[in-house]
Amino acid sequence: MNGVHDMGGMDGFGKVEPEPNEPAFHAAWEGRVMAMVRAMGAAGAFNIDTSRYYREILPPDVYLSSSYYQKWLLGLEDMLIDKGYVSAGDVAAGHAAAPAKPLKHGKFTLDDVERIMVRGKFGREAQAPAKFKPGDRVRARNMHPATHTRLPRYVRGHVGVVELNLGCNVFPDSAAMEAGDNPQWLYTVVFDATELWGPDADPTVKVSVDAFEPYLEAV
Amino acid sequence: MTDHDHHHHEHDHSELSETELRVRALETILTEKGYVDPPALDAIIQAYETKIGPHNGARVVAKAWSDPAFKRALLEDGTKAVGTLGHVSRVGDHLVVVENTPQRHNMVVCTLCSCYPWEMLGLPPVWYKAAPYRSRAVKDPRGVLADFDVSLPNETEIRVWDSTAETRFLVLPMRPAGTEGWSEQQLAELVTRDSMIGTGFPKIPGAPS
Repeated sequence: MNGVHDMGGMDGFGKVEPEPNEPAFHAAWEGRVMAMVRAMGAAGAFNIDTSRYYREILPPDVYLSSSYYQKWLLGLEDMLIDKGYVSAGDVAAGHAAAPAKPLKHGKFTLDDVERIMVRGKFGREAQAPAKFKPGDRVRARNMHPATHTRLPRYVRGHVGVVELNLGCNVFPDSAAMEAGDNPQWLYTVVFDATELWGPDADPTVKVSVDAFEPYLEAV
Repeated sequence: MTDHDHHHHEHDHSELSETELRVRALETILTEKGYVDPPALDAIIQAYETKIGPHNGARVVAKAWSDPAFKRALLEDGTKAVGTLGHVSRVGDHLVVVENTPQRHNMVVCTLCSCYPWEMLGLPPVWYKAAPYRSRAVKDPRGVLADFDVSLPNETEIRVWDSTAETRFLVLPMRPAGTEGWSEQQLAELVTRDSMIGTGFPKIPGAPS
């Protein structure tokens, strides 16, 4: 979707402000939110792409005015309600008012913590041979899906070169909508800054994205 | 403290509390429904506060600086090479390590959200997840580097890696001069988080930290 989360190339957000000796969390609740998202995801309530999508569909004014973990909290609440794990009545009461819905992988307990410290595996068996190989020139499609996608707007319509074949992976556009893994080949595609931003751009800059095969067409 | 300061402080406090109450209520609901055990949440938080941080990535970089065979293996297949290092092996399948050279400087961003090599660097800093970095890194990387007081020669190629899938990128910075004969442990002390994102350099030997 063409949301405000797709920020590459936007102007007006000001300077980057690094914080010296930044702590992992700026308040205890931030850690609770992070842990609840990780735990409920691991328990099977949602996948990582769905959780990203729920943050992207926050209203633009809310997205821009909320801190990072506030967005995580809002997305988590919406997602758990939509998927039926929590009811609006539960939230209003601040307690479990409605019965629980069984989780795919069961309750998240201490025994599950170790396994979520290892990243999930997103590689999948190929359904078809790769269409592109390193060195191929490709155009990022001019596509504007209304739901989750990982092709940022700033590369759409532009021509780049395939640099790496990263294997066949879960396709986020499908997974986010719970429409299955729908595995697709994934490539690192590199663009000249002048291709993306015009002839006045810095000629020493190159930008790459990781693009799934359905995002690309041969040129 | 003036009245104005006092008022401002209370305002901040009440805003924080509203979110905090909402978080507590959600945790209560999830616990009462039998979805999560609070001690499991404690353990996740503790891992990111104490075990998982830039020291993991620094160890990998220091080894690459010291061991040419490891460096070759790391650039060839980051996941596999890091997997040989014991406790820092938990990177999943999708780590790509990119090398800075005098000719090319690498910088990592996630314009769409906050993708970041957690297992190597810990949780991303606020600036990495915020709009100024996400919007400008791909369009004006030299300007962004200037915000970090980093400047590169005009002719150095800058390569920005936008983490738009599950691949995680770790920058292998250049080894600082004057570190000949240093142990991996000494070298790891020089490796900063930002040098592995590409928004900084390693510390200079002997300089005050």
